[in-house]
Amino acid sequence: MAVNYVVFFICALICLLGATGVVFSRNPVHAALSLVATLFGIAVLFVQQSAHFLAAVQVIVYTGAIVVLILFVMMLLGVDQEEDIDEEPLLGVRAAGTIVATILLLGLLAVFFLQSNRSTLVTGERSVTAPLSVDASLDSTKGVAETAGPDNMATLGRLLFTRYVFAFEVTAALLTIAVVGAVVLARRPDRLQPVPDEPESMDDDFMAALESEAGH
Amino acid sequence: MSSLAAVLAQAAPGLTAGPAAAAPTPTITVPDIEWTALLPILVLGLGAVLLLTLTSLARGTVTRSGYAIYTVLVATGAMATAAPLWGRVHAWDHLGKWELSPPYGPFSAVAGAIGVDGFSVFITLLIGVAVILGALLADDYLRREGIDGPEYYVLLLLSATGGVIMAMANDLIVLFLGLETLSIAVYVLAAIHLKRVQSQEAGLKYFVLGGFSSAFFLYGVAMVYGATGSTNLVQIKDLLAVKVPTHNALLLIGLGLMLVGLGFKVAAVPFHSWSPDVYDGAPSPVAAFMASGVKAAGFAGLTRAFLLGFGQFASDWQPVLYFLAAASMLVGAIVGITQTNVKRALAYSSINHAGFMLMALQAASPKGVTGLLFYLATYTFMTVGSFGIATLAGRTGDGHHDLADYRGFSRTNPALAGLFVLFLLGQSGFPLTSGFVAKFGSIAAAVDAGSWHLAVIGMVSAAISAFIYLRIIVAMYMAESDTEAAEKAPKAARIKVPFGAGLALVACALATIGFGILPNGLNRVAGEAEPVLVKEPVPAAASGADGAGLTGLDLTTIPTTPTTR
Repeated sequence: MAVNYVVFFICALICLLGATGVVFSRNPVHAALSLVATLFGIAVLFVQQSAHFLAAVQVIVYTGAIVVLILFVMMLLGVDQEEDIDEEPLLGVRAAGTIVATILLLGLLAVFFLQSNRSTLVTGERSVTAPLSVDASLDSTKGVAETAGPDNMATLGRLLFTRYVFAFEVTAALLTIAVVGAVVLARRPDRLQPVPDEPESMDDDFMAALESEAGH
Repeated sequence: MSSLAAVLAQAAPGLTAGPAAAAPTPTITVPDIEWTALLPILVLGLGAVLLLTLTSLARGTVTRSGYAIYTVLVATGAMATAAPLWGRVHAWDHLGKWELSPPYGPFSAVAGAIGVDGFSVFITLLIGVAVILGALLADDYLRREGIDGPEYYVLLLLSATGGVIMAMANDLIVLFLGLETLSIAVYVLAAIHLKRVQSQEAGLKYFVLGGFSSAFFLYGVAMVYGATGSTNLVQIKDLLAVKVPTHNALLLIGLGLMLVGLGFKVAAVPFHSWSPDVYDGAPSPVAAFMASGVKAAGFAGLTRAFLLGFGQFASDWQPVLYFLAAASMLVGAIVGITQTNVKRALAYSSINHAGFMLMALQAASPKGVTGLLFYLATYTFMTVGSFGIATLAGRTGDGHHDLADYRGFSRTNPALAGLFVLFLLGQSGFPLTSGFVAKFGSIAAAVDAGSWHLAVIGMVSAAISAFIYLRIIVAMYMAESDTEAAEKAPKAARIKVPFGAGLALVACALATIGFGILPNGLNRVAGEAEPVLVKEPVPAAASGADGAGLTGLDLTTIPTTPTTR
């Protein structure tokens, strides 16, 4: 138990520091790296909750792919110097952000403190799944629990090759299609076709008419 | 060569399941793969991958029109593999000389992931037709525009693969994956005219908005999973049959979000704003496929998810569909008459048609499904024909789509103008064309379901939308041509009709007239194409406590004795 507490507090600290870093860093690259710290801390918290698959996905998808993508965009756009963060890019963005964050925080706290009937608090009704798993109509829950124990990795692997084998394979095909599409779109044509018979805007049309008038 | 093997393994669902079965862990029982049921999907998908591989190996040696011919053959093959399924679903013991193997009747396959019933086979055939027509139209178009190559055909086939997966989906995850397969290929198709700025713009718009709508759909699936504990439509249906949650917010939110995602794909108001821009900017043959194949797949998804999976919740989603149908019919018709661009006008008319199909669907009755399928089938030919004319009339550059460009079209191109009039009259619901019978079926289904007001709105909108079509006809026949040269020498402005496009147009025209005069055959087939959810029988190998967890409890509703046809 003690180890749990220690791990939790260290990770919580990393998460909070990372989150603060995202908000307060003056350098956008530092902000992105702080985000990595937060997401990684959350991944460790997932492991602590025995959600191993979620932890792996968290690291691979969020820290591995999404943040790297953010960094790619930053470096491609050359925004690796300090930004003036006192200037609001859009009017009212900061106020709106504060309001949304406050509402989210209050909502989260409400779930914790107004928990007289926690299971029905959010939706107004219990999920209808409970009787289903008791009936064992979904016999997988029972069988998997017996054979695989609490290891959700094994459960997921099992499901991927049994019930969801078709979806699994279609996903593979989907990735192929995405690659084909990306290759098609990435090719540059020799020359762009001029927009045929279409004035750029009404103004251009108007100006052209004016000029021809002047010519007469 | 190893990369080829990898690609093949990826495109062929189930191939990699083989090694898993041989793995040392004895507790996993891999579900039976019903290969015959998967054949239409495999033929389309592998056909696309094969085309991609072969053309990269043998570039430059492909004969003229080779890609289009190949695509037509693959689509025909997919339809041919779907035909025995139709026979099995209807419990024929043989099709022609071929013995059909059991199980007879509608069935689920591959661990309940896909369902084969008359409905899914019908939509599969329809998508096959859309692919064939799309390939025929594109053949000359791509050469004319200087963008000839296998990419268009590969993406067309892949998109059709996704559509067939949607039509067969018995699981919301599979439905989503089919939707994405369909959509991603079509996003790229919309932008495939790399030299045209409007095409790129259309592709980007479609991609961004489509990505949003897919996210909505997925969020809805997650909510439904949270509420019911399953993504399998059979299990969801069984669960809701025993335990009816009256006001489960999760379930209702999930249904709403799913409706947003699918409503976007079929371009129902208020999720329609992308469609005029995209239809206008996308290459005309692609617009033809979007209006036919993609729409058919979208309605297949709507029917499977809502009518089959949440049939008990009909009283909850019917009013929403009622509103969507009414709004689509009215907005499509009213905004359509203000358009001066023919492709945009056709896009709004397609929104109007989506409203009619939604009206048939909201009846939530067998008659409604028959009406929907009949409408989809006939509309496919009418819309592909219309966009086919636009493909030719757009001339090199695909830019001559203004109403003004069609002035005097009847004198310069009398045959094309005549066909266009036929397709437009068909879309307006003129008697003796298939559009009339389709609209009649849809309205009759709504009246039967007690939606009188909606039926009246439908008739009013049909009258309004006739103006869209009449405007184009008036421009073609009654207005003087802009250029005097064309007026004096109409033959100079004559468009040479290439063989492929001509074939497609004639086929569309024959279907439009044929199903208008003799609708009974198609109507009967559409009536037999009923969607059913069937549990997959627990395979003998998977019985026992191995925990493979396939599906449900009993094997009822599967007729075991075949009837002789």
